[in-house]
Amino acid sequence: MADGSTLAMPAASAPAGSLQRFARRRSTIAFLMTLPLILVIFGLVAWPAGYAMYLATLNRRMTEFIGLGNFEILLDSETFRMVIFQSVFFAVTAVILKALIGFWLAHMLHHIPTKGQRKWRGMLLVPWVIPPALSTLGWWWMYEPSYSSLNWLLAIFAVPPVPWLGEPWWARISVIIVNVWYGAPFFMIMYLAALKSVPEQLYEAAAIDGATSWQRLRYVTLPMMRNIISITVLFSLIVTFANYDIVRVLTNGGPRDLTHVFASYAFQVGILAGNIPRGAAVSLFMFPILAVIAFFVLRGINKRNREEA
Amino acid sequence: MAKGLTRRGAMRAGAGVLAAGAVGAPMVHAQGSAGSLRFAFWDHWVPGANGALQQLAQRWGERNRVNMTLDFINTTGNQLQLTIAAQAQSRSGHDGISLLPWDPGTYANQLEPVDDVMGRLSQKYGQVNPIAEFLAKRGGAWRGVPATSGTQTKPALARFDLLQQHAGLDIRAMWPARNERGPGSDQWTWDTFLRAAEACHRAGVPFGLPMGQFTDAVDWVGALFASYGARLTDERGNPTVRNNQELRQVLDYAVRLSRFLPNDVWAWDDASNNRALISGRSALIFNPPSAWAVAKRDAPQVAENCWTIPMPSGPRGRFLAYLPYVTGIWAFGRNKNAAKAFLEFITERENAEFTSTFSQGYDIPPFLSMADFRVWETEGPPVGTIFNYPLKPHHQASYSIAFSPAPPDLAQQMYIQALNTKLIARIAQGNESVDAALGWVEREINNMRRG
Repeated sequence: MADGSTLAMPAASAPAGSLQRFARRRSTIAFLMTLPLILVIFGLVAWPAGYAMYLATLNRRMTEFIGLGNFEILLDSETFRMVIFQSVFFAVTAVILKALIGFWLAHMLHHIPTKGQRKWRGMLLVPWVIPPALSTLGWWWMYEPSYSSLNWLLAIFAVPPVPWLGEPWWARISVIIVNVWYGAPFFMIMYLAALKSVPEQLYEAAAIDGATSWQRLRYVTLPMMRNIISITVLFSLIVTFANYDIVRVLTNGGPRDLTHVFASYAFQVGILAGNIPRGAAVSLFMFPILAVIAFFVLRGINKRNREEA
Repeated sequence: MAKGLTRRGAMRAGAGVLAAGAVGAPMVHAQGSAGSLRFAFWDHWVPGANGALQQLAQRWGERNRVNMTLDFINTTGNQLQLTIAAQAQSRSGHDGISLLPWDPGTYANQLEPVDDVMGRLSQKYGQVNPIAEFLAKRGGAWRGVPATSGTQTKPALARFDLLQQHAGLDIRAMWPARNERGPGSDQWTWDTFLRAAEACHRAGVPFGLPMGQFTDAVDWVGALFASYGARLTDERGNPTVRNNQELRQVLDYAVRLSRFLPNDVWAWDDASNNRALISGRSALIFNPPSAWAVAKRDAPQVAENCWTIPMPSGPRGRFLAYLPYVTGIWAFGRNKNAAKAFLEFITERENAEFTSTFSQGYDIPPFLSMADFRVWETEGPPVGTIFNYPLKPHHQASYSIAFSPAPPDLAQQMYIQALNTKLIARIAQGNESVDAALGWVEREINNMRRG
């Protein structure tokens, strides 16, 4: 009977059966379950990115396709070349400082007894938790051109007032200080997690071999943290290049455009000056460079992971 | 009973009720009103000033049976600019919206022409402010109605006691709260201004003139340039920088003046000059009366010594920095005729005066014939302090906006990029030669014209 019924139904049940099999396949279920996320990513990441790329190829009135014309015009502009320099200087300096300070803080915390460590960890994370637009406003009050509280403190020690936001190099440094203050706790917490995952036996073995503390750092800690350092630096570099609020609140790009970064300049050109295609071109300028950096960093990490496995 | 109410029956009945409701909704709506209007206006600095538009909207809505909704959006963090850009991109949003000075040109294709409204208003009230016309007209058509609410000028808001004490200038006598000029007003030139700036700087109360990239800085420097006849481009947008003696003359003047300003003016924003005056550290700023209004509340002893006077004159005359708002109606709006009627209503003289009075005289109406509202005579202390805030015939001055007469597309970019203050900063702060700075500005303008 069983055989007969199975054979009697093939024409009618074949499509349903294959559909059922398709629906039951693990890859189909996985796809369906991730579909909401895929749609969100498409709607909030892929579509806006694609649209920005499309916008960057239009003329000011958005009526004509001009290819890479906006990029060509931008590269001809002294102001934009200065923005490139400033953005790179800002991002690279800030990321290096954040990495160094975060590493140092993580080490300090790692060596604090567990009991007191949580309090310090919590306190040191505060700058990272406060919304940057709000905390930057606090910094702005400290730097404020006429009534700087920092200058008031300096005056107590007879130090002449510093034009924190009025003089180009001081303004650049001020912007970097705020970014480092905000971002160092992120590095700290990532490095702390990495430090905690380094097996204690490696340090014991190194101690038996007579390694100095510098050698332990150089040959045990850093190699073990290499992947997390790469990922953190890459992530921070991308975020720092895209930074907007600190410059917007503190200097608005001034004096003389010397503190503009890509995002603040893109906003000025695109939204305020009404040239949306050129603003899109400014904001996309670093995309290929960062994409290449990300590719090599992630490839390096994968390679190391495969070697270790 | 068994057939009384099945699940399908209930669903069908429910759908019928919904359909009837949906079909019937416009009918009900039409009986009660002539539709609805949603406007976004600039959120006023002056506390309570939004109330004027709210009251006017309520009055007009009731009279015309239109449901009115007003949203007030501020410019802090460029919220209004972002809203305008987003609505223009998505082609949806309010029926009408407050536009910043250069926006009518930028969004001209998406704005409903309002020539009929402006035609009727002009017939009644005469000439529109020429700068408002320059900004609101595109392709020969009005793209918005110049607004009263938010529109401002930036004359000199000065401490008469400090100017008398340190510079020997009796500005209240020069520019009394009457429609006439006083003794010494003829000498109110940029040269006199420079001497006063030097004297006040020496006395520790320097003039608070921003030189950064915000509108207060760009506007007053724009009026200074205009009074020297210094233009960066012609009407077609061609740079007129080379061999431009007026430009060199005004740059020389501005660099000399900058030596008597606080050393951080290059980083000042639109609030820095207000703070300088209100705190008593500055003898003069270029600003609407908002700084005085705040001083009235927070530092009455400062407010009592404030007096508004026209900007100084230069070789090519006297100019007054002017920054108008324009209310535009989106072409994709649903109730455009009602929107036009509402804008016409709020621009009528009595309503413009109502708006201006509500803002303690801050708001400047778009028609030149409306420069005689009583609020400017009666506000104080001291009474008459803002009498000379709007441009009056005896000032013998003209309104100006920086970078006119360049085509709006280009002027907007030059304005937002603050090319005029940056030009001065390059020489005064960056120690560049005049030739190098002029070469830079010419290249920037040429680049802006591309694409």
